[in-house]
Amino acid sequence: MKRRLLAGAVSAALVLTVSACGGTTKNDSSSSGGGGAQSTAQADPNAATKEGVKMAFLPKQLNNPYSDIEVGGGKTALDELKGEYKLVGPNDASASSQVSYINTLIQQQQDVIGIAANDPNAVCPSLNQARSSGIKVVAFDSDAAKDCRDVFINQATTEGIGEQLAKMASELAGGSGEIAILSATPNATNQNAWIEVFKQQLTKPEYANLKLVKVAYGNDDDQKSFQEAQGLLQSYPNLKAIVAPTTVGIAAAARYISSSSYKGKVAVTGLGTPNQMREYIKDGTVTKFALWNPADIGYLAAYAGVALASGQITGVEGQKFKAGKLGEYTIGKDGEIVLGPPTVFDASNIDQYNF
Amino acid sequence: MSDKRPAWLSRLASWDAAVIVITVLVLLIASGVVENFGSSRNFTFLLLDLLPIALIALPMTFVIVTGEIDLSVASTLGLTSAVMGDLWNRGLPIETIIPLCLVLGAVLGALNGFFVTVLKLPSLAVTIGTLALYRGLAFVVLGDGAVADFPRAYTSWVTGTIGDGPIPNMLIPLVVLAVVFGLVLHATPVGRSVFAAGASEQAARFAGIRVARLKFWLYVVSGLVAGLAGVLWTLRYSSARADNGLGMELAVVAAVLLGGVSIFGGKGTLPGVLAGVVLLATLQNALRLQDVSNEALNIVTGVLLIISVLLPNIVIRFRAALRRRATT
Repeated sequence: MKRRLLAGAVSAALVLTVSACGGTTKNDSSSSGGGGAQSTAQADPNAATKEGVKMAFLPKQLNNPYSDIEVGGGKTALDELKGEYKLVGPNDASASSQVSYINTLIQQQQDVIGIAANDPNAVCPSLNQARSSGIKVVAFDSDAAKDCRDVFINQATTEGIGEQLAKMASELAGGSGEIAILSATPNATNQNAWIEVFKQQLTKPEYANLKLVKVAYGNDDDQKSFQEAQGLLQSYPNLKAIVAPTTVGIAAAARYISSSSYKGKVAVTGLGTPNQMREYIKDGTVTKFALWNPADIGYLAAYAGVALASGQITGVEGQKFKAGKLGEYTIGKDGEIVLGPPTVFDASNIDQYNF
Repeated sequence: MSDKRPAWLSRLASWDAAVIVITVLVLLIASGVVENFGSSRNFTFLLLDLLPIALIALPMTFVIVTGEIDLSVASTLGLTSAVMGDLWNRGLPIETIIPLCLVLGAVLGALNGFFVTVLKLPSLAVTIGTLALYRGLAFVVLGDGAVADFPRAYTSWVTGTIGDGPIPNMLIPLVVLAVVFGLVLHATPVGRSVFAAGASEQAARFAGIRVARLKFWLYVVSGLVAGLAGVLWTLRYSSARADNGLGMELAVVAAVLLGGVSIFGGKGTLPGVLAGVVLLATLQNALRLQDVSNEALNIVTGVLLIISVLLPNIVIRFRAALRRRATT
């Protein structure tokens, strides 16, 4: 409450009354006690789990349904661990916009920053400044450069996703014909990695008759994705399937197809959330798509963050830690922690999920 | 206006002076009230964040005072950044790349200048066009890639501070340019021509000022500085990307208008503009430290802008009313 008054004071100086509705952050307390945990070279797996760990989540951008679910999982985990959850982030997913948020979090002396990097290198100097002031850095979803974070929560292996996308595309296109990809921003780290694997998959003999005609970019913006989907079908009337490895893109493409004459002729698949895609599965626009549970990513990131802050792990390969309901995880090469294989959703199982 | 009032009162009534006062006040209040705002590290962050906007705002002030506008600056920054990355990928030495990028910025500015002054097209339409064109070219050049492995000596200088103090190295070029631009605008015939062209283009032409030529070179300088900002931006984030600086043109124009420059031309001061830049950056920094949401931040910025446009008008009407009263 005190903080809001202070914020009010600053604004009032400008003859302004701003209702700090706090839509961005939910901070439970304004204490700013000791700084981050001391970084120790040695991990002590039996160290006590710290309470009151202040962890801030910095997704690629705010108000994106997917990252909302991710950080929601983080909040759940921090509630279980009696930590303090905070959410901050830019409104656009550009490379540099996250940097000033990291700087703010350093000033606020958080214990852990969980970040989904818009650009692996642009955030690097700031993240390392954070680490040198004792803050632990957990990258999730979209990795930062390896030497700027302690661990990386990978939702699935890049290969696993790319293979799954190629498999679904081939099944839906009936094994041959033109397919197109509708991605997020042209420089989204994970999307590009999946597309790369997807392209490698297409060189296999069983996919020899599939032709990838275009990779379009909807910038994770609903309207632009919708227009791009429309554009794809105008440019490639024989298109068999649109593969969108992004939740915004797949929903926009499905919405366009479901209301067009292409419904039932052109398949839409990719990565989407069950709640977004339910109506399109029900109305037959979409047969199947895949995803991991994003809430689990945030959940695992929070557990990893608290384990780091408690000194139970330091990010070295082979270290183990417990992640609540998800069980035990082992840190892999380069500090990578893999969540698990993606789930395929279709008419038979979609109603079991609510996210 | 009227000349019966004491000088300090009319100074105070001018918006750019008011912005400077408000900026100092906000800085003081934030330092006293906002936790961690006054720390030297935060000061460094604040300066680094406002640098590109302040740089581009310098020539933008000239352009807007002449009654024109340049909305392509952020796209020029992005295209420069993309080309920088592409040339680096091709193995050119950085000492060659940087001058090339500056030349590119100047050429892009010259193209705007050509459309506006030779073909006599409205600058708003032209620069909205080149905003899209240059950004599009940036994606053609670098596509979806990001180039990151720039020489450490350069990147660490750009993110570094003078003698490990709180002052960023990058402040040096900004201060030098700000002084140069300020002197040119307020203490040379060129500056007077800029104001004259903005106040009344026809009168300026009769007075022998080559308005078209002047505007052309202003666009060249605007492009050149945007190119420089692109180079510095790329090195600061060690990431050359086609979407660098996306949407920044609006932040620059907002700061310039907030600093008391009239969008209709003919009026404004450079110190006011710099205060506008600092004010917006400070508010953003301080309110973020207070966990104020982005949405609220945007509201503050918007309200401030509207006030800065409204207030001078209110003052003018108020004075006119006073004068009417005095004569009846």
